[in-house]
Amino acid sequence: MTAAVEGSPPLRMTRARRNALLQSEPVQGFALISPTFLYALILLVLPILVVIAHSFWTQHYLTIDRTFTLENYRVALTEPIYRDLLWRSLYISLTVSLLTVILAYPIAYFISFHGGRHKSLWLFLITIPFWTSYLLRVMSWKVILGYNGVLNSGLMGLGIIDEPSTALLYNSSAVIITLTHAWAAFAILPIFVSLEKVDRTLVEAATDLGDGPLRSFLRVTLPLSAPGVISAALIVMIPTVGDYVTPKLVGGKDGVMIANAIQAQFGKAANWPLGAALSVTTMLIVTLMAGATVLIIRALQRLAR
Amino acid sequence: MRARRFLSGGWLSVYAFLYVVFLYLPVIFLPIFSINTAPTPKFPLTGFTLQWYADLPHTPALLDAAWNSLKVGVSASVLATVLGILAARSITRYRYPGRRTINGLIMAPLVLPEVIVAISMLLVMLQLGLSLSLFTVVLGHVLVCIPYSMTVLTSGFEGFDRSLEEASADLGESAFGTFRRVTLPMVAPAIISSLLVCFTISLDEFIIAFFLTGTEATLPIYIWGQLRFASKLPGVLALGTLLLVASFLLMTIAEILRRRAARRTQNEGGLYA
Repeated sequence: MTAAVEGSPPLRMTRARRNALLQSEPVQGFALISPTFLYALILLVLPILVVIAHSFWTQHYLTIDRTFTLENYRVALTEPIYRDLLWRSLYISLTVSLLTVILAYPIAYFISFHGGRHKSLWLFLITIPFWTSYLLRVMSWKVILGYNGVLNSGLMGLGIIDEPSTALLYNSSAVIITLTHAWAAFAILPIFVSLEKVDRTLVEAATDLGDGPLRSFLRVTLPLSAPGVISAALIVMIPTVGDYVTPKLVGGKDGVMIANAIQAQFGKAANWPLGAALSVTTMLIVTLMAGATVLIIRALQRLAR
Repeated sequence: MRARRFLSGGWLSVYAFLYVVFLYLPVIFLPIFSINTAPTPKFPLTGFTLQWYADLPHTPALLDAAWNSLKVGVSASVLATVLGILAARSITRYRYPGRRTINGLIMAPLVLPEVIVAISMLLVMLQLGLSLSLFTVVLGHVLVCIPYSMTVLTSGFEGFDRSLEEASADLGESAFGTFRRVTLPMVAPAIISSLLVCFTISLDEFIIAFFLTGTEATLPIYIWGQLRFASKLPGVLALGTLLLVASFLLMTIAEILRRRAARRTQNEGGLYA
C-alpha cells in the first residue's frame, strides 16, 4: 500500500498493471472513506430514519405504540400553536437569510474586487468572531438589548430616552437581529467564492461595450455570482429555522420558535412521536422553501441577462 | 474601468468598516463588562476589577465542567480528525462512483438544523440503550466536527504532489519511511489545524451537548445553567471572555497552520475561501 504504487501511472507501467490499478482504485478509495461514511450513516442517516419512523407512531406514557398513524402530522399542521410556531420560524429564517445576504453581498464584493493583497486577512477578520461560542454571542445580544442593558443605559446616558425601553428584548425582532449577526460570516464566504470566479475581463468587456458601471454590475457580475447567493441563502435559511438558543435567550414569549416546541416534546411534554412529526414537518417545509428560493434566484438571474 | 472606480468608491470601504464594527461590537461587550465592578452589565462603567476572574477557580462546578469540556474536546477532535484524514485522503486521491454523494452525506451536518441532528441522535442512543454521558456527547461532536475537519484537510491534501512520494520510494525508502519523512511533514500542519478547529468547535458547542449529556456538564452547559441567575452574570461574563480568548487563539493558530499547509502544497482555499 505505498503511495508510490497507487500513484498516477508512470510511463513505464505495463498495460496489464495499469488495468489492475484502475480496477482497484475505486475499491481502495471506497475502503478508505468507509469508516467516515459508516459513522455518518449510523449517527446521521439512521437517526433521521428513526425520527421519521417515530413520527408515525403514538406514545402512551412510557411505551410507544407502533401502529401507523398520521395523527401527529394532523396535530403538527392544524393545532394553532404549532402552526403559528412553524409560520413564525419560517418567517424569521426567511427574513434572516434575506438580511444576511443583502448585508453580506457588498462585503464579499469589496473583498473580492478591492481586497487586493489583503484578501485572506479580510476574510480572517470577518470569520474569526464566528469561531467563538454561539451561545456567548447570543448572550452578548441579551446584554445589549436587555432592560438594564447596554443599549438602554447608553441611550439614557446620552439623554435620548428617559426610561429603559422594553421593546428591544424578548420579541421576534430581537431574534432576527441576533440571528442576522450570528450567521453573517456564513453568507459572506459562499458569495465571496463565487465572486472570485467571475471573469474580470467580462466586466471590462461590458464597460467597453458601453454599459455603465451599475448596468454592468447588474447584468454581468450579479448574475454570475448567483450560485454564491443561492448557497449563502440556503446555508443561513436551513439551520436558522431550527434555532433553539436564540429564541430561548432573547425571544421571550413572542419569539418562541419551532425548535423550542420540538425540545419540549422530547423533554417536559415527553411526546416523542409528536416531536418527531414536528421535526419532519420542519425539515420538509424548509426543503420546499429552499427549493423555491433556488428557483426564484435562478429566474431572476435569467431575467437580468 | 469606470465600473471599478464607481463600486470601489469611499462608500464601499466605509461600509466594510461599519460591518466589521457590527461583527465585533457585541462580542466585545463581554470582556468589557467582565472587568467592571457593577454586577449588572450597563453603562456608565463603574470601575475596574478582576474579582469576577478571581472567583472562577473557587467554583467546583465550573472546574468540573472545564475538565469535562477538555476531555470531550480532546476525544472528539482526535476522532473527528482521524475520520477526516481517511475521508479527505480518499476524496482528494481516488475517483470512484458515488464519491460526491458520500461526500455530501458526510458534510450534511453542516447545513442541518442542529436541534434536529441532536434529537435524532438522542432517540437512537436511547433506543440502543446507551446511557447518556460525556461519551454520547463525544459521539455527537465527532459528527459535527467531521465536515470542518474535512474542509481543512482537503485543502491541505489537494494539490499534494504524489511524485514526491514516488521519488522517495524509488530512492529506496520503505513505505513507512516515505510516510514518515515525506507525507507526514507535508500534511502535518493541516492535521494540527484540523485538531485545533475541531477542539474549538467542541469546546463551544452547546445544542448537541445539551441534548446528549447525562448529568455531567460541559462549559457551555454550565454557562447555560448560570444564565438563569442574574447574580451569576459577572462570573459568566468572565468565563465567557476566557472562552472567547481561547477560541480566538486556537483559530488563529489553526489558520496560520492551514495557510502554511496550503502553501506547501501550492493550494489556496479551505475554511476561508
